[in-house]
Amino acid sequence: MLMTKKREDAAVLSQECIAQDIYSMWLKTGAASEARPGQFISMYTNDGSKLLPRPISICEINKAEGSLRVVYRVTGENTGTELFSKMEPGDIVPVIGPLGNGFPYEKAEGRKVFLMGGGIGVPPILELAKQMKCAKKQIVVGYRNAETFLKEEFEKNGEVYISTEDGSVGTKGNVMDAIRENDLEADLIYACGPTPMLRAIKKYAEEKGIECYLSLEERMACGIGACLACVCQSKEKDHHSNVHNKRICKDGPVFLSTEVEI
Amino acid sequence: MNMKVNIAGVEWNNPVTVASGTFGSGAEFADYVDLNRLGAVTTKGVANVPWTGNPTPRVAETYGGMMNAVGLQNPGIDVFCERDIPFLRKYDTKIIVNVCGKSEQDYCEVVERLADEDVDMLEINISCPNVKEGGIAFGQNPKAAEEITRAVKKYAKQPVIMKLSPNVTSIAEMAKAVEAGGADAVSLINTITGMKIDINRKSFVLANKTGGVSGPAIHPIAVRMVYEAANAVDLPIIGMGGIMTAEDAIEMILAGASAVSVGTANFHNPSVTMDIVDGIEAYMKAQGFETVADMVGIVK
Repeated sequence: MLMTKKREDAAVLSQECIAQDIYSMWLKTGAASEARPGQFISMYTNDGSKLLPRPISICEINKAEGSLRVVYRVTGENTGTELFSKMEPGDIVPVIGPLGNGFPYEKAEGRKVFLMGGGIGVPPILELAKQMKCAKKQIVVGYRNAETFLKEEFEKNGEVYISTEDGSVGTKGNVMDAIRENDLEADLIYACGPTPMLRAIKKYAEEKGIECYLSLEERMACGIGACLACVCQSKEKDHHSNVHNKRICKDGPVFLSTEVEI
Repeated sequence: MNMKVNIAGVEWNNPVTVASGTFGSGAEFADYVDLNRLGAVTTKGVANVPWTGNPTPRVAETYGGMMNAVGLQNPGIDVFCERDIPFLRKYDTKIIVNVCGKSEQDYCEVVERLADEDVDMLEINISCPNVKEGGIAFGQNPKAAEEITRAVKKYAKQPVIMKLSPNVTSIAEMAKAVEAGGADAVSLINTITGMKIDINRKSFVLANKTGGVSGPAIHPIAVRMVYEAANAVDLPIIGMGGIMTAEDAIEMILAGASAVSVGTANFHNPSVTMDIVDGIEAYMKAQGFETVADMVGIVK
């Protein structure tokens, strides 16, 4: 029971730039053995001036090889993510994880589902699409432009509908526009993406009475539920502080849409 | 050689505890740390009633550190007593309850409620920079600090540690004030008030505008203040502020701290306290120190 978990040195297996500022990295890590779609890992830089972990969602899980894929955005110059993007096979990334609850994908059995991702919220939808069994798997993903990263991999795992902000691929606009333009319907939704997108999906789901799970993000410090930095407003009292502040890192990042205010 | 330390009459197995607010009440870290190997667990601040804390974003990274303005979110003393004390009592470690409040009455209510609970020490937070009322209001004025110390001492059955703010002109004067008020120990430093601006959004990074800076960037300031406090009062000092390694902890002890708290480093490596305990032990062996007390404040 004591000290069953620790920060671990994960080894970079491969690294590739797959769109502007978007990188795909495979890591050899013990975190793979228990990982679920929608969970994340805390990745640390090797730069002592950058202390806090970067919470990065899991894009793919390969249990047989003990490896995880993360697809992440470089957020600027001299950032932790820029340091990650310069790493090469064999380099060491300290990690802890898997963290968070993940998507309750077992609920999808026999149902018509939207799997929705926007921007850097697209990657966790891939492992979800791979593991989910359902009657109708509709993957609706939104991008800025024609750099529709992971599109081919989505196409192997369901019906894919694309939206782009500039209209270069699929529906011009956002994922909600793609749903309307293609006249799509679902009775279960899983979504990850920027807050305005999640807000629109939450509204749509609640108006139509659709069960909907949203993956949220917020700035974190510990990643394991202790520091209370990454809270969101919740309908029910949270288990930790008995107020209405669920912890995104520990109680989430995936929440039933009716449970949270965003 | 042994690692035991005596802080205001309470014997800890070793001189290492954790800084309030960085460790919850221990449960979240129990998979990463053997809690039996901490001298004490210092809990997240607890008030008389639940506090919701500040809006998000509550944290930001800074060069060699971080800023937080969590705002003392906590479940209130009732949930704390029912849930957190029994959890911590399963381990061979001392329990230090950090107490926060907005008024003298708030503090006293919590301290009185804890008087008959099975906890070992109280740490009174008069130095949180992130709540508008209370907290820091008592921590920046020596008279107010002395008064609040005297007030909580009336109700306290456990030794009282007063947690001091670095956001003062003279830490020595603050330490003397709480000593005069009857404090059994002092802990320092709490975070240093800071500000960070997002130049692209042209706005404050933290919703609270300001936050408390912690981490290795502030360690030399903390060592200096521990040294000044140690030379001003006869109370045991729990030193904290940017301790990342055993070397940082030993520096604090040599400057005058009888024990140390590890805070922000827990976010960098959740098991770091174990390495720090081992590192202090290795240093003592290598340098021929029989007890921790033999090292305290020997750099004059």
